[in-house]
Amino acid sequence: MAGRIGIAVFPGSNCDRDVHHILNNIIGVDAGFVWHTKDNINGYDAMIIPGGFAFGDRLRPGIIAAHSPIMQAVKRMAKDGLPVLGICNGFQILVESELLPGALMMNDSLRFVCKWTNVTVTNNKTPFTSQYTSNQIFGIPVAHGDGRYVVDSNILKEIKKKNQIVLRYASDNPNGSTDFIAAICNEDGNVMGMMPHPERASENILRLDRNENNKNMGNIWKGSEAITIFKSLVSNLNQKAVA
Amino acid sequence: MSTLTNQELEYLEQELRRKANDIELDAVGAQWSEHCSYKSSKKYLHLLPTRGKHIVVGPGYDAGILDVGDGYVLTVHIESHNHPSAIEPFGGAATGVGGVIRDIISMGTRPIAILDALRFAPLLETNHSVSKSKWLFKSVVKGIADYGNCIGIPTVGGEIEFDPSFQDYCLVDVAAIGFGRKEEIIKNEAEADDMIILAGGPTGRDGIRGASFASRTLEAENRSAVQIPDPFLEKLLLEATMEAVKERSLKCIKDLGGGGLACCLSETSDNVGRGFDVDLTKIHVRESHMVPNELMISESQERMLYITDKSKLSILQSILEKYGIKYSIIGTVQQHKDLIIRHLGKIVMHMPSHLVAHAPLAERTAKRPSYIDKLKAINRPVQPSNLGKAILSLLANPTIASKRWVYQQYDHEVGLRTVIKPGSGDAAIMRLDNGKFIALKLDGNSKHCYLDPYQGTLGCLSEGFRNVVCGGAEPIAVLDHLQFASPEDPEIYWTFVQTVNAIADYCKFMDVPVVGGKVSFYNETARGPIKPSPVIGTIGLVENKRFLMQTALSENESIFVVGQTRPEMGGSEYYEYFHGITGGIVPQVDLESDRQNRTVVLELIKMGLVSCIHDCSKGGIGVALAEMAISGSTGFKVQLDPIPSSCKQMDELLFSETHSRYIIATKDPEEVHKVLSAKGIRFAKIGRTTPAYIEFRNEERKIIRLSLKQLESKYCLLESNMSQK
Repeated sequence: MAGRIGIAVFPGSNCDRDVHHILNNIIGVDAGFVWHTKDNINGYDAMIIPGGFAFGDRLRPGIIAAHSPIMQAVKRMAKDGLPVLGICNGFQILVESELLPGALMMNDSLRFVCKWTNVTVTNNKTPFTSQYTSNQIFGIPVAHGDGRYVVDSNILKEIKKKNQIVLRYASDNPNGSTDFIAAICNEDGNVMGMMPHPERASENILRLDRNENNKNMGNIWKGSEAITIFKSLVSNLNQKAVA
Repeated sequence: MSTLTNQELEYLEQELRRKANDIELDAVGAQWSEHCSYKSSKKYLHLLPTRGKHIVVGPGYDAGILDVGDGYVLTVHIESHNHPSAIEPFGGAATGVGGVIRDIISMGTRPIAILDALRFAPLLETNHSVSKSKWLFKSVVKGIADYGNCIGIPTVGGEIEFDPSFQDYCLVDVAAIGFGRKEEIIKNEAEADDMIILAGGPTGRDGIRGASFASRTLEAENRSAVQIPDPFLEKLLLEATMEAVKERSLKCIKDLGGGGLACCLSETSDNVGRGFDVDLTKIHVRESHMVPNELMISESQERMLYITDKSKLSILQSILEKYGIKYSIIGTVQQHKDLIIRHLGKIVMHMPSHLVAHAPLAERTAKRPSYIDKLKAINRPVQPSNLGKAILSLLANPTIASKRWVYQQYDHEVGLRTVIKPGSGDAAIMRLDNGKFIALKLDGNSKHCYLDPYQGTLGCLSEGFRNVVCGGAEPIAVLDHLQFASPEDPEIYWTFVQTVNAIADYCKFMDVPVVGGKVSFYNETARGPIKPSPVIGTIGLVENKRFLMQTALSENESIFVVGQTRPEMGGSEYYEYFHGITGGIVPQVDLESDRQNRTVVLELIKMGLVSCIHDCSKGGIGVALAEMAISGSTGFKVQLDPIPSSCKQMDELLFSETHSRYIIATKDPEEVHKVLSAKGIRFAKIGRTTPAYIEFRNEERKIIRLSLKQLESKYCLLESNMSQK
């Protein structure tokens, strides 16, 4: 039996209900909302920071949320080695909380971009990617204005060496990220931030679409397995429960 | 200075049996503006059918409610923000989105989709580096994107038209759809001693006289009448209201929009049939020393009025405090039916709510404009020797070209409901919680409506119905947004009356009700009036996932055309954009065959015989087929001569915008042939799909052959043009 998964909710979170739906209704695990003022999350075995516009992106995306009580608790959780996943704005919050290296800057197009893209799994040893094969490619949508992942060359060298790049954009780079980076993890691998939205590609009905927006994706997106992000997490929690 | 006319002042004095004071005059002036009172349009709006099997509440010209079964309802609303957007396009468009979303929240439902219909002047490069219309286009799209994305409601569809009559101006129409449980719909009732709460943004001096500003022609740039958007605050109001609805702590909700508190209080008080006693001193304000007039008519954004039972007040307060939303308890509901406003201990306004809420109707005269007959008879242009070039030119026409540059800026997937996404079907399709789907589309055609407002409007409705049918849906309701120049001009007013008659006639014939709408007059600048621009929203219900349809062709499909083509070239993109001609006879809708074709096509879809489908509208058969090819990266080879038609020339057959026509691709041509023949409708099998090129043939002669690459390079021109930094 998997442990409880918490979904952090900030004023301005938008994808909290979407992630909740996928976990509870599609995968069938127990996931609950946790309001940002809570500083004790001991009842949870993993935490997901969903997408949206926490605090309206005031000052810069993620910075105010990073200083909220719940993030202090999430930092303790991360230190204890429990899985923490940030999606989109959640990725920005993890970076601003200094749980992950680098920064997320405005897209190189200077515009918000919402479309499907392909990503390659470059590290399948994390709690979020363990059910993928190495170098597996799958389709997944992005939707962000500030999704360009930036690190300097020294840190890039280091995170490459420590195998911290988890997903890379496979075909096009939708935002101009350094080295096509779509997701990175911390040194221990238990904290991951990703720009694309796995919850939007976790049901077949949401992948029916065949349009000009997906043109350059070939046929890969049809067999997309974005839900494996969540399934890997659940399997990881199950193993821990057994052990 | 009062915005009331002399007759209105006389009427007011007579009803009050005294002179109104300054504050009362400002409040009444806001409520009696065209924007808030519908004083020029009400008389005709009564013609629209508002009852039907899915309708829960007809239009009191607020958000309407549709029953979609299993205890669920949809709420729908449409609004425009044309005047503000023409001056400050980013803020104007953003606050337009905010306003229509608050209407949906006010019903107690969660907004699940935004659609927008936009109209601009052509994107010409002038000697300035960027033309004004390009700036308006860019900023309006950014305004909609920033607001919708931040609040987390997907923008899933709409339409965009470019026409010279929008020079220095733009039309920004936003529709929003809400979804909820029928039993949670707010009933809007109130009793004496209930508490009146104003929540959300502090009241400031922005948007003063916005409603009156929108009720005049755009002569001078009145920037203080434009409001300032804050999507984050609206997101908080959305979540707090949804929580308060779940806790059953609200009896009445009303958003503050045009006319500010003056309109909100008078309409709500009149609506619940109870008086209000309100103290303006209690309001949380952004600026100091605001006078009662300003407090009453400020249009500061992101504000909601709640009415709650005293016993539920503490629940509501704790919810608002959880979200950090500022609020003020500004008054109480009274047994009487008056609106009493106090400021610094004095009564500054005391009037019957009914009087304030109901402006005397304005008598307008209608006269058929002389241009209509003049423009009917024009010379047919010479058919170009290379019809392939005409197709390519039309694909590059911004009205037709891919809108990817627009919809990729909108988060169209948040909420996990968007099944058929922008760019892939004729309508946006959203899933509901009961296993059904809704198809949504906005349609307009200012070029047709200018030449013939009656037939043009019938055409918009026909197109809307076709679009949702091409998604596999049965049309269940219509929204209308009627946009014209000054109603005081009899020739303009005539076009309005024709438009309303067309909607009434079409909807009555099809037995589909109008669930809501809006009228916007005075859309004109110093350059002159806009073309009559009704925008029709069509809502369809898809009963089964198997019926969902897209436009993309794939290999091994046979192609059929359903419906008769006539040489109806007036207002066509081929005449207007390719030849630069305004005039001719616009497509005439034959109601009987419109219904028949649609019914048969939907039957084919339900029988599982259709692989993909597209309706013929702007650009005619030529463009429709090319779009299907581009969408599916699959070509075709078709014969034009079998198409049922009364056209004498190939260009007319290819580009006429005759309504009630569909292009269908199927893997089972024999069965499709059998069904269509049995129904006795006009149709033809015209060809098959091919790998990499498109070919049109006439009597064994190849007349057009183009590669998919050629088509795509033209179709994406708007995107590449707009993407340049």
